[in-house]
Amino acid sequence: MASLRIDQLATRHVGPIDLSIGAAECLCIQGASGSGKTLLLRAIADLDLHRGEVYLDGASCSSLPAPAWRRSVSLVVAESQWWSAEVGEHFEQGVDADWLERLGLPEAAMGWELSRCSTGERQRLALLRTLMQAPAVLLLDEPTGNLDQESTRRVEAVLAEYRLQRQAALLWVSHDAAQVKRVAQRSFTLDHGRLLENLG
Amino acid sequence: MMMKVIVLSPWDLALAALLIVALAGLSFHLRIGSEGALLVSAARSTAQLLLIGVVLKVLFANGHPVWVGLLASVMLVVAGREVMVRQKRRFVGWWGFGVGTLSMFVSSFAVSMLALLLVIGSEPWYAPQYAIPLLGMILGNTMNGISLGLDRLTQDAAHKRQIIESRLALGHDWRRAISDSRREAMRVGMIPIINAMSAAGIVSLPGMMTGQILAGTPPVEAVKYQILVMFLIAGGTGFGTMVAVSLAARRLFDERQRLRLDRLSPPAS
Repeated sequence: MASLRIDQLATRHVGPIDLSIGAAECLCIQGASGSGKTLLLRAIADLDLHRGEVYLDGASCSSLPAPAWRRSVSLVVAESQWWSAEVGEHFEQGVDADWLERLGLPEAAMGWELSRCSTGERQRLALLRTLMQAPAVLLLDEPTGNLDQESTRRVEAVLAEYRLQRQAALLWVSHDAAQVKRVAQRSFTLDHGRLLENLG
Repeated sequence: MMMKVIVLSPWDLALAALLIVALAGLSFHLRIGSEGALLVSAARSTAQLLLIGVVLKVLFANGHPVWVGLLASVMLVVAGREVMVRQKRRFVGWWGFGVGTLSMFVSSFAVSMLALLLVIGSEPWYAPQYAIPLLGMILGNTMNGISLGLDRLTQDAAHKRQIIESRLALGHDWRRAISDSRREAMRVGMIPIINAMSAAGIVSLPGMMTGQILAGTPPVEAVKYQILVMFLIAGGTGFGTMVAVSLAARRLFDERQRLRLDRLSPPAS
């Protein structure tokens, strides 16, 4: 069970924003480039200076040590980043072979050199890297941005299962209106720093 | 035992200065464009060295600890400024000057005092004949190590911003998130002294030892001092670089462990 409540959050030209995401809920955010979608996610993950407060099941962000907060409320950035040469070195808790397969990746992927992975492979691996830490809330910045249609569907299916199994809350930034229809219970548009609910 | 020092006359120095003049003339003739900088720096070093010679002469005659401390402070502040101006991206505000200066103070002064009190045992321990040259050599080298290390750290952090923030987003604490850059910066800061120690005596005869030998000290005595100085420099540089890089790495993150590149000045062009 995990619910996220955002209270008067403001960062640079975004906000103040109020928003609640329930357990096992997926909420999508759309908006033009530069509207501040990424900034909003970064503020929720407490990676940027911001005003306002975010609560996870009633516990405020500022009351928790920053690393603990970010392990629970995890941002998956649009362009995956790696610091070691091999994929497996980034997975401290090991990997769930079942999820790996369902994301369309072989078990041997853990031994791959990152320099030889495609952008799409890296993006799926980065998502899995975060999922293995079992966060309560996922902040997803275009998680299927570099993927073909088949991989996109795989990622959507894995995220849906994760959400229901762990009762996790998902905040999903997407450019693709059809994807928003498929995955979101509610969706919003970020425009000039304001969040407007898309109705109907 | 001591051989007689051959005293250099102004005429001897003027002969050596001809080398600089000839070099400047060639630079002008070939349109290399370095003749101005060459002449100015030669003039600067002449004036600065003559000045410090006079200062040391007065200081040696009157070794009051206040004067020794004052000269040591001036050396520290100038070295701290030098570290600061060598940074492509320095910390804004007092930190820009403070990080390097504080670490140099901690390492150079501690190492110099250790050498004066425990190794050399001069009487009194702050006797300027020993304290000032020793501090000068340690400070000069520590300054190099610290400025190299800090420069590498801040540039690396800016360059790897996305990687560091991804690690933070995965719940790594700031120490882990910056660990690769920090290790690399410390290594870079220590390269010059490691290289100097490796080459000493085979490729290069270190300046201090050469100076002592030219001034008439028996080679083996000069060598012993040189080994001592090398070790002191290595200690000062190594510990100073570690302190400076650690302080700077801490300063790159705020109390919520966010990477704060806005605490660095924009890159100087």
